[in-house]
Amino acid sequence: MTVTEDLVSYEDALAAYDPVMGLEVHVELGTKTKMFCGCSTELGAPPNSQTCPTCLGLPGSLPVVNAVGVESAVKIGLALNCEIAEWCRFARKNYFYPDMPKNFQTSQYDEPIAFNGYLDVEVDGETFRVEIERAHMEEDTGKSTHIGGATGRIHGAQHSLLDYNRAGIPLIEIVTKPIVGAGAKAPEVAKAYVAELRELIKTLGVSEARMEMGQMRCDVNLSLRPIGEEKFGTRSETKNVNSLRSVERAVRFEIQRHAAVLSAGGKIVQETRHFHEEHGSTTSGRIKEEAEDYRYFPEPDLVPVAPPREWVEELRAGLPELPRVRRMRLQAEWGISDHEMQSVLNAGAIDSIVATIDAGAPADQARKWWMGELARRANESGTDLAAMPISAAQVARVCALVAEGTLNDKLARQVIEAVLLGEGDPDQVVEQRGLAIVSDDSALGAAVDDAIAANPAVADKVRDGKVAAAGALVGAVMKATRGQADAARARELILERLGVQG
Amino acid sequence: MTDLTRLTAAETAAKIASGETSAVEVAQAHLDRIAAIDEKVHAFLHVDTDGALAAARAVDDKRARGEKLGPLAGVPLALKDIFTTEGVPTTVGSKILEGWIPPYDATVTKRLKAAGIVILGKTNMDEFAMGSSTENSAYGPTSNPWDLTRIPGGSGGGSSAALASFQAPLAIGTDTGGSIRQPAAVTGTVGVKPTYGGVSRYGMVAFSSSLDQGGPCARTVLDAALLHEAIAGHDPLDSTSIDAPVPPVVEAARNGDVKGLRVGVVKEFAGEGYQAGVMQRFNESVELLRELGAEVVELSCPSFSYALAAYYLIAPSECSSNLARFDGLRYGLRTGDDGTRSAEEVTSLTREAGFGPEVKRRIMLGTYALSSGYYDAYYGSAQKVRTLITRDFERAFTDVDVLVSPTTPTTAFPIGERADDPMAMYLADLCTIPANLAGNAAMSLPCGLAPEDGLPVGLQIIAPALADDRLYRVGAAVEAAFTARWGHPLLEEAPTL
Repeated sequence: MTVTEDLVSYEDALAAYDPVMGLEVHVELGTKTKMFCGCSTELGAPPNSQTCPTCLGLPGSLPVVNAVGVESAVKIGLALNCEIAEWCRFARKNYFYPDMPKNFQTSQYDEPIAFNGYLDVEVDGETFRVEIERAHMEEDTGKSTHIGGATGRIHGAQHSLLDYNRAGIPLIEIVTKPIVGAGAKAPEVAKAYVAELRELIKTLGVSEARMEMGQMRCDVNLSLRPIGEEKFGTRSETKNVNSLRSVERAVRFEIQRHAAVLSAGGKIVQETRHFHEEHGSTTSGRIKEEAEDYRYFPEPDLVPVAPPREWVEELRAGLPELPRVRRMRLQAEWGISDHEMQSVLNAGAIDSIVATIDAGAPADQARKWWMGELARRANESGTDLAAMPISAAQVARVCALVAEGTLNDKLARQVIEAVLLGEGDPDQVVEQRGLAIVSDDSALGAAVDDAIAANPAVADKVRDGKVAAAGALVGAVMKATRGQADAARARELILERLGVQG
Repeated sequence: MTDLTRLTAAETAAKIASGETSAVEVAQAHLDRIAAIDEKVHAFLHVDTDGALAAARAVDDKRARGEKLGPLAGVPLALKDIFTTEGVPTTVGSKILEGWIPPYDATVTKRLKAAGIVILGKTNMDEFAMGSSTENSAYGPTSNPWDLTRIPGGSGGGSSAALASFQAPLAIGTDTGGSIRQPAAVTGTVGVKPTYGGVSRYGMVAFSSSLDQGGPCARTVLDAALLHEAIAGHDPLDSTSIDAPVPPVVEAARNGDVKGLRVGVVKEFAGEGYQAGVMQRFNESVELLRELGAEVVELSCPSFSYALAAYYLIAPSECSSNLARFDGLRYGLRTGDDGTRSAEEVTSLTREAGFGPEVKRRIMLGTYALSSGYYDAYYGSAQKVRTLITRDFERAFTDVDVLVSPTTPTTAFPIGERADDPMAMYLADLCTIPANLAGNAAMSLPCGLAPEDGLPVGLQIIAPALADDRLYRVGAAVEAAFTARWGHPLLEEAPTL
């Protein structure tokens, strides 16, 4: 695909325009069953094997609300500092699409379960408050696979395959208020918001929020207004931006594209746009000549949802420590700078470090290994740090072996390498590879004698009182033992043999 | 030998339980009757001979094993073709579902089967229950057994005609604006719209979700009560189903009594458009209630004048959404799929061919009423009227125990008479619609023949929500008094066909 959009440079765009964003994030809840029927939500099942009359929209079928879905929605609302509706209804959003069995989506319209909240995010050490308009409950659609077209979209396809396993899986849609004032940091703010939201959802345990699995999907709305102008410009809606990096790139691209159009005296068309991972660009989708009329009306097949206040308060009291609070606590506990903490976050190391500390390692040691050796190897192999094939308990054991003197740092690195290669637990590796420090005098004594014999000039210097020269002999011992010698003990033995006091 | 098709359901069940006859004999007698006369009436869209006989045999086997039978075990029933039946076609009177075999039973179907009730087949209806004459069926009209040139009411004309022509002693209908009560009225049978939520809607193909209510149809008040009890009660698969005990309808039907009962006559249910003979029989019914010891008062429910208008906004709005799923992609009819057309074109052709004119009219009305910019003026206003009507009922029920009215302004009209005049057709539901909008319970039972045309007239009784038993207590008393006065049930006067 060729991208023919004219762009202006990001700096020029920001010099003339102020970006306004709106982010809509869909989160698939991790409930065992679907939102309105008892079908399983397990991923990876054969197509259409997890369906029933209700999620297939067969004539006569009726929905029943999943109570766990409502509970998850309330938890998300509370964690986003929202008000929780005392009474709200589902609504039907009417539109035709082959992967939507009823040709309406059961959603919420003007009575969302949660509204008026905010989420604070950090960008470059600064806190930016993203205001939340609403969080509402709805159901996912089925999945279409369009065969035979050039674009993979329905237009031009020879035929389409429909899988309704996903139809009816509970979704929470979280919509921000217009995000203003981010200026040049808009792309970072957008990314930080989605990242923070993902952490929050995971912490609440309501979804794994894996973006690469489609469990969390983001639509990016963006408009520009000339700097100093109050009124918002016309927005574009970039759909299905499904990674953190893509969120940032989509915002950046749209800022540059809008600026190019506006600077040339053109007008932004209100339309949906498709994001292309491979170029980081967007292309025009469906033009919305007039706002699509979904003919919302209250869902008559469902009774209103009225979460009792005591229950809401119980849920509020039971919320886990939220990610931002936890980060601030850990930073204080570890006594590290903002900059160091940011590095830990950027490396995605926080959970691994905490788990390693929980497994008995001192905080500084846990941080040192995850942020040093392991981060370096993850980076080299292009793997997520958390996905490295070593457990927190194993890292903690390495720390313990170093602390008790069985390993030095060099040996510890070898042990970690072996664990990553699947050679077993640290203790097994030490045993099998024979990596423990050699401090036993008889084994070491021979190496010391050899070193003295091989370096008579150095030995003489030491005998003459130049104790510092002993370092070279220690080095020779270490070399001969491939680093396994206990360096301090080797030094003691050298000095003893040469009749010098250390 | 007694004609098994002339018995009431209660009598039939008793004879089967005592071994005087078998369920198979009863089923066969009805299947024979259907084979003999349904060509003239066209009450059934599908007769399930094998299924019926198998169900009857199961009842007989159960009895042979000495197991206790339910109060309606072995009694045949005609099921409106709007309830899904696993393995048995369900068309809702529409071409768009021609050939569809549902993979599941509606809750009502399940409960009928569990009660040992023998489902003879599926009855004709106005397409998607939209109509008051059964002329809107895609499979041709049903005739009124009292006069084959006239309509049997609608939408449940197949069910009412099956009862009135002795093809079945029991039937199931659905009532969105009067589709149980109006057919009952014009065929001289009994029909009850239970309190909204009293009978599960799961597996009942939706027309207008907030108004649709399944209910019992029979030839006597007691039979209706027995059937009501068999199908009613909470269903976890229907969120709008009431989670409360079923009102004691059978006990009420066995103890008809109106002494001291306060009966309200609604002023708004009279006047222009009401046939003289209908009003005459209605007034006699009111007089009868007084003679039986009821205290009758006239009262006003001013918002009822707007009920029809509100109904024709709410019902089409909900139907425009409910019927969106019929797109030819997953089940039922598919037209024009020749490999060259897009999914959108195929859907459009399917709907063009599969929906009849009344269904299309209502989908368009509803789509318009829900459109942005019109929603508040139409759907929104209609919902406000609905609230006002509910309040009128609440106010009325502080003064009286039940309300009475003619069920329908006229007796059965000739087939074809109103087919091209939707407004005239809509007026048939003038008296029945308010109870749907408010969710109340209501019954229609025969109160005589109109002198001018000799056709049945229905008396409507309306009770507050959850007081369905009141309908049966009053209905049983009225039925007993009229039967004594006439010397026989009204249906004895119908042609034997």
